[in-house]
Amino acid sequence: MELSGARILVDGLKREGVEYIFGVNGGAAMPIFDALYGETEVKLIPMRHEQGASHAADGYARATGKVGVALATSGPGATNLVTGIATAYMDSIPMVAITGQVFTHYIGSDAFQECDVIGVTRPICKHSYLIKSSDEIADVVAEAFHIAKTGKPGPVIIDIAKDAQNNEALFQYPETVNIRSYKPQVHGDPTQIAKAAALIKEAKRPMLYAGGGVVLADASEELQQLTLNTQIPITVTLMGLGAFPETHPLAMEMPGMHGSCCANYAFTDSDLIIAIGARFDDRVTGDLSKFAPNAKKIHIDIDASCIGKNVPVDVPIVGDAKNVLRELNKQVSTADIDPWRDQIQEWKQKYPFEYEQKSDIVMPQFVIEKIYEHYSDAIVVADVGQHQMWAAQYFKFTEPRQWLNSGGLGTMGFSLPAAIGAQLGCPDKTVVNINGDGSYIMTIQELVPAVTMKLPLKVFIINNMYLGMVRQWQELFHGKRYSAVDYHDNPDFALLAQAFGATGLRVEHPEDVEPALLKAKGITDGPVVIDFIVDEEENVFPMVPAGAGLGDVIRGLS
Amino acid sequence: MNPEERHIFSVLVENRFGVLARVAGLFSGRGFNIDSLNVAETHDKSISHITLVTHGDAQIIDQIYQHLNRLIDVIEVTDLSTAGTHVERELVLIKVATDDPQKRTEILQVAEVFRGRVIDMKPTSLVLEITGDEGKLKAAIDIFNTYGILELARTGKIAMLRGKEN
Ligand SMILES: Cc1ncc(C[n+]2csc(CCOP(=O)(O)OP(=O)(O)O)c2C)c(N)n1
Ligand SMILES: [Mg+2]
Repeated sequence: MELSGARILVDGLKREGVEYIFGVNGGAAMPIFDALYGETEVKLIPMRHEQGASHAADGYARATGKVGVALATSGPGATNLVTGIATAYMDSIPMVAITGQVFTHYIGSDAFQECDVIGVTRPICKHSYLIKSSDEIADVVAEAFHIAKTGKPGPVIIDIAKDAQNNEALFQYPETVNIRSYKPQVHGDPTQIAKAAALIKEAKRPMLYAGGGVVLADASEELQQLTLNTQIPITVTLMGLGAFPETHPLAMEMPGMHGSCCANYAFTDSDLIIAIGARFDDRVTGDLSKFAPNAKKIHIDIDASCIGKNVPVDVPIVGDAKNVLRELNKQVSTADIDPWRDQIQEWKQKYPFEYEQKSDIVMPQFVIEKIYEHYSDAIVVADVGQHQMWAAQYFKFTEPRQWLNSGGLGTMGFSLPAAIGAQLGCPDKTVVNINGDGSYIMTIQELVPAVTMKLPLKVFIINNMYLGMVRQWQELFHGKRYSAVDYHDNPDFALLAQAFGATGLRVEHPEDVEPALLKAKGITDGPVVIDFIVDEEENVFPMVPAGAGLGDVIRGLS
Repeated sequence: MNPEERHIFSVLVENRFGVLARVAGLFSGRGFNIDSLNVAETHDKSISHITLVTHGDAQIIDQIYQHLNRLIDVIEVTDLSTAGTHVERELVLIKVATDDPQKRTEILQVAEVFRGRVIDMKPTSLVLEITGDEGKLKAAIDIFNTYGILELARTGKIAMLRGKEN
């Protein structure tokens, strides 16, 4: 049967099991929005800004492991999606972004609302397609979803000319996808895995270093097995938090710039690092010349280009973390490393995350501790800044996909729309959004759809009236010259929430923190926003200054 | 710093629009250099062959190899500099000034030495076609420079692995 291109697209999305599509309407995408009108299988979620649409699709994907879908019109609609696409790309999140494009005969003529989306997004997507004819749509949709979710996941763009949306073609959805030039390597080389097992046997000070790749590969179980089989201490990065329970005695908590002293000292003294789905990011390693000088490195990653990129590797293993860990688990046993484990425990006890409690003012870390106490099972979506680091430090994550944040790009404004996507994807979970006053206002408009859909989001603003993370750097490295970070002109976020139709609360005293959190728990018919007015000039510690070695961590207190 | 090396990559790609931009973007986005680049359709119309000459230390060359492989439209990447012995050729067109008719005969004799072919001749200039490897072309260009080169265009290197012995 002949169907319009837009209809073919929507039917293709159904074949891919898409539940939600987040979008903002506009001229060049109208046929697609029309095809979605009244659809109940693929539900259209109108957002208030395309950036919100792409972050919502991303949050949905992070929370569920399925492909998130965003939709926008050409030109400004498409460029507004860009930040969300780049955010997803940096964290390898499976996403399909669909944009309307001007009529084919206008392409290249600087037509109204024309933008070369393929050109603009080339370096920030896994792949992209420009569709000029309706009969290409079915194949491209199938390929796009296949590429987005296999191998190292990532965003794929489908840019569809308006006439291709309107014109009719035969709907023939491919049963399988076979791309001759795209064959991700999922199984690790057995000889390399055997080498890794041998190194693990010999090591005296080994450590596991796991990243977001473990979460993406759904390999947390295998990681936990490896840790328990070997009894080797483990550090999990900001992107991987929850892949191994932070409450376990072997957990050293996150490494890096604001990571635990224990994990950073362990890197510095270790003789074997087993990296799994982690990429030796500069925020983790600090000065590379001082990073883990005595350690051999095993690196397991699905992306060969990630291995050896920052740090020379002794045993590279290209493959899917789940498969590789399964094989590795068959070849390892409890490591005979008692003195090293004792050393780790000593560091852990000596240098926990800590702060100075105050009686007259709310400490941001205290708020996070209390959130953890009352919402320990929640999905936590953080924004970017000091509050993100405090959330990572003081909330003890125990499940994969429980912690969502923009780690790679560090995109302010990510969290509220991402929380919407997460809540829709996981309706039975409580979703807590830990936001900053600066970040919140960047995508605050997305409170509108959250209210409309009566999503029971818990939006907790750690309000220090500053772009706090930047202010901290200015305090430490720019002689307290607080250029463009003072946010004392913030609106009253509680009142503003009420104006949006949400519940808005303001907390200014430490004794009010807990009652407010409990009250928020009881509000389930829509979002609740709590504006926590916190100590303005509190800093995040420990801190490895940019360019310093991990051993030079500033511990902060005393 | 590790020593820099020149490498020739032979890359088979899907013959689609936008593929070259993806390959070029991979280099520009990472600050890698392209020394020369040649792209054309192969005997199979759905596949294009790219010969790409680049340089960098071992780590950069490895990154280039990996990133080329990572592009969805790339079917196969071979680093000819390490994969075995290869053959390579480049073609150059040189327009040489012949204002002085005396010089013309001399230029034609020089062209002969390089097995050059004259493909255009005008009262004040002629266009030569010369094929060869890098060393030969450099020698030719150096000599013709002494006569005055008006215009020069080269294809960039094309290369492939030698056939198997048996
Ligand atoms: C879109 C964007 N712009 C600028 C930055 C740089 N930046 C990083 S953290 C930060 C401060 C965030 O302020 P806020 O949300 O109030 O969080 P806080 O650090 O105060 O907890 C800024 C401006 C960024 N990461 N993203
Ligand atoms: Mg702030």
